[in-house]
Formats: sequence, structure tokens, C-alpha cells
Amino acid sequence: MTHTADEMMAVEAARRLDDGAVCFVGIGLPSLAANLARRTHAPGCVLIYESGTIGAKPEELPLSIGDGELAETADAVVSVPEMFAYWLQGERIDVGFLGAAQIDRHGNLNSTVIGDYDRPAVRLPGGGGAPEIALGVRDVFVMLRQSRRAFVDELDFTTSLGDNVRVVVTDLGVLEPRDGELTLVATHPGTSADAAVEATGWPLRVAGDVAETRPPSDEELRALRSLRTKGDA
Amino acid sequence: MAIVSLNDAIRELVHDGDTVALEGFTHLIPHAAAHEVIRQRRRDLTLVRMTPDVIYDQLIGMGAARKLVFSWGGNPGVGSLHRLRDAVEHGWPAPLELEEHSHAGMAAAYAAGASNLPFGVLRGYRGGDLPARTRVARVTCPFTGEELAAVPAHRPDVGVVHAQRADRHGNVQLWGILGVQKEVVLASKRSIATVEEIVDELEPVPGAIVLPAWVVTAVAPAPGGAHPSYAHGYYDRDNEFYRAWDTISRERDGFVAWMKRHVLETADVEEYRASLVATVAA
Repeated sequence: MTHTADEMMAVEAARRLDDGAVCFVGIGLPSLAANLARRTHAPGCVLIYESGTIGAKPEELPLSIGDGELAETADAVVSVPEMFAYWLQGERIDVGFLGAAQIDRHGNLNSTVIGDYDRPAVRLPGGGGAPEIALGVRDVFVMLRQSRRAFVDELDFTTSLGDNVRVVVTDLGVLEPRDGELTLVATHPGTSADAAVEATGWPLRVAGDVAETRPPSDEELRALRSLRTKGDA
Repeated sequence: MAIVSLNDAIRELVHDGDTVALEGFTHLIPHAAAHEVIRQRRRDLTLVRMTPDVIYDQLIGMGAARKLVFSWGGNPGVGSLHRLRDAVEHGWPAPLELEEHSHAGMAAAYAAGASNLPFGVLRGYRGGDLPARTRVARVTCPFTGEELAAVPAHRPDVGVVHAQRADRHGNVQLWGILGVQKEVVLASKRSIATVEEIVDELEPVPGAIVLPAWVVTAVAPAPGGAHPSYAHGYYDRDNEFYRAWDTISRERDGFVAWMKRHVLETADVEEYRASLVATVAA
């Protein structure tokens, strides 16, 4: 079966979730990856959405982090202050997924503005849960399509810190921190290290032993494609 | 006031220049109340909300707001809020002052307000550029010496929530995703709860909370009043509307025409819902 770049991203991120991992999930690709993990190798993965749903098991992918199905299938539903104080700040969450508009070589992220804060060229949604997720979970997974616009030498605004970023899964490959700097450690089938370097706004370090990601298996793709987003035809 | 019409509740409790928090974290978003604020042409409001999604896009685009206190401003799962962006990037229809927080900071500020404390405390706002752009200070734990973040408590003039139902005494019951509904009501000087229905008796529901009548200033029936968000057990989220909002709100003219047709020219939530049905049917 052939696959898209987004499917490769979701599959590769899903593979990195251990069975039983307690995982803070955002909407979009992270939700796809976490639900795929739950339906393949990690049925015991606990999905937490910041709306307060703990142990959600949606049949369809939600459009928002607060869809009713998340509450209906959750083991517990808690208030938002409780979610951030008792559960996130309480260090009960293993993995947090983050996305952003920009990332730098240290895994710091910008989801606030493009341009100057007071006179922004583009006002982005803002940090939401990200600043405390970034420092409150054990491992941060970043999922972000690679381009010079997104992988920048200097962020326009630092929304969250990269201290706990363990992996960045892109549409071209996989970056991990080595000696304090994100380094290309794998490329996806059909791409190259050169393409990843070209799509990065800083001189990207390439590991000596760069691997090739295993392509999605038929089983992974079938499970992925069975996860329709709510409201899609 | 107990049980009143939504029109009366907004007229008597929301004034020009007030700090108003309409809450509901993806669920039970009080759209009908926001529409009534727009119909009554309130101005210079400081709007507080964790996730200023479509509801605040409408209020901001119609010129009701002077300032926004928030932590995430987007159309969930869809993209940008075009009216919010237009206000911040181009000052249309009026410049919008921002006070920006993280979700954890907003939640702590509401909890502090509900607790009658001057500030909320959390392990947050560490590093990055946000602390220099917002109201946050560092405090030292007197027991361990750990440095923590302090955020000023939210004490809105008016807190507004939507809930599933109330009884005839005005006790309000809600369930499903709880958000910061309890905190915003308890933190605010005055509060309004719109409800799907008024019932004789509040049957217990798993996970439900009850806001006793004496902490809610006014209860107003507004069936369907959370649309396009949802009321757990009553109706689903209108995901199609959230997608459509991206187009409706993209240009100023189209946005104003839509607000005129569906909010300004309708009298209440019933007429608003009917106007949407009429548009789809046309």
C-alpha cells in the first residue's frame, strides 16, 4: 500500500509510544498518532485531552479537544483547573505532544506570533497548554512538517522551552537532540538527508549513522485509515 | 433575580466597560448570551476567556471588546479566528489590547478568584518570552524556597456560563466536560447561567455538578443556546458550522452581513436557530 507524508508522520510518532504510556494529546496529527498507537501495539496507552478527559477512547477522531465522545468514553472527566494542577503539574503524564508554527535547533517552539509581538504580521492562536506541558511531562514529542519557514535559526517568539523534547517527527524524517542540538537521525523512505538539510533554516546536523524509517505496514495503514475525523464524509 | 429572560439578564447585569468572562471549555459555550450582548450593543468590554473561539470572534468583530484576556485564540481543529486576527493585526473594527496567559495560568487565576485569594500559584511561566508580556510575578515558597509563578486572580464583573438545566428555584446542574464553569461563577461579582431547560427536579447525573441558586445571580432559559458548541445529552457539536465559520468570518463584509442576518435581526435564540435553518434550506 502506498502512503502519504502525513501518514508516515503519524505512524512513526505512534511507534514511539510505549504500551501503558500516559499521553497528553492535542488535536490533529498528535491525536491521529496516539489513537493509532492505541489500536496497534499500545492498547494500554492512556489518552488525556486538556479538556479534562482522562483515558478517552474515541471511535472517531474528534475535531476539537472537547468533543462529547471524549467525555463519553473517558475513564474520568475532571475540570480544567484540576487537569492542569493535579494531573499535569502533578507529574502524572509521561508524554506530551506539541506542534507549533516555528521550532529552533534546541526544540524551543513558537505558537504565538510571526513578526513583532506588538505589531504581528500573523497573530497565531497562542500557547494554550504548551508552556506548562513542555516542562511538565517527561517526554515531549513534536510533530511538524519540515520547511525553512518552520525550522528557523531564530524564533520570532519563544512560547515553550525545548528542555524535554525527545523527538521531532517531520514529513521528511526524525530529529533527536544530540549534544544539545536537534540532529537528523532518520529519513523517511523516498526522502534524503539532503532534502531535510535543505528544508531547515539552520545548518542541520546529520548523524553519522542516519537510518531509514521503516515504511508503514499494511496493518498500520489500515488502522490509521479506519480513524475518520468526526464530521468528515 | 432567579429565573428571568436572557434579554433582561444581559440588560441588568452586563454594562459597558465591564470585565466579562463567558466560559465553557469547548462544551456548553454560552453563544446565546453572547448574541444578546451583541444585540444590546455593549461596548468597551474586557473579555476574559481561556479559548476565545467563535464566540469571541463574533463579539470582537462586532466591536464589543476593548481588551482580551486569554490563553488560546483559534477555531479548534479548523484554523485562525479571522476577526480576532483582524483586530490584533489591523485594529479593525477597533484596536484590541491583549493580556495573554497559558491555560494553566488562566485556570489558576480563576481558581484563585473563586477562592477569594489575590493570586493563583503554579509551577509555570518558566522561561520563554511570555512572562515579559503578561501579568505574572515570581514568588518564593516560604517552606521549601522553590520559586513559583503568581498570577493575579480573575475577578470578573460578570461570569456567564451555559448549563444543561436548572430547577424552578434556580439551582443549576451541568455535566460532561466541566471546563472552568464552577470557578468562573464563583470568581465573578455577578453571574448568569443560561440553560437548556427548567425542570421540576434535578435528577442526579454521574459526574454532574450543581451551582446552588444563591451563587448564581440570574438563570435564563436558552434552549439550543450553546450552538455551535454542544450540550452533552441534548445535542452534538456542529462541526460543520465551525468549518463554515472560516469562510463566513474571513472578509469583513461577509462577516457583518452574517451577524446582521442571524444575530442583529433575530430577537432571541429561537429566531437565531430558525434563521440558520432558513439559510440552509434556501
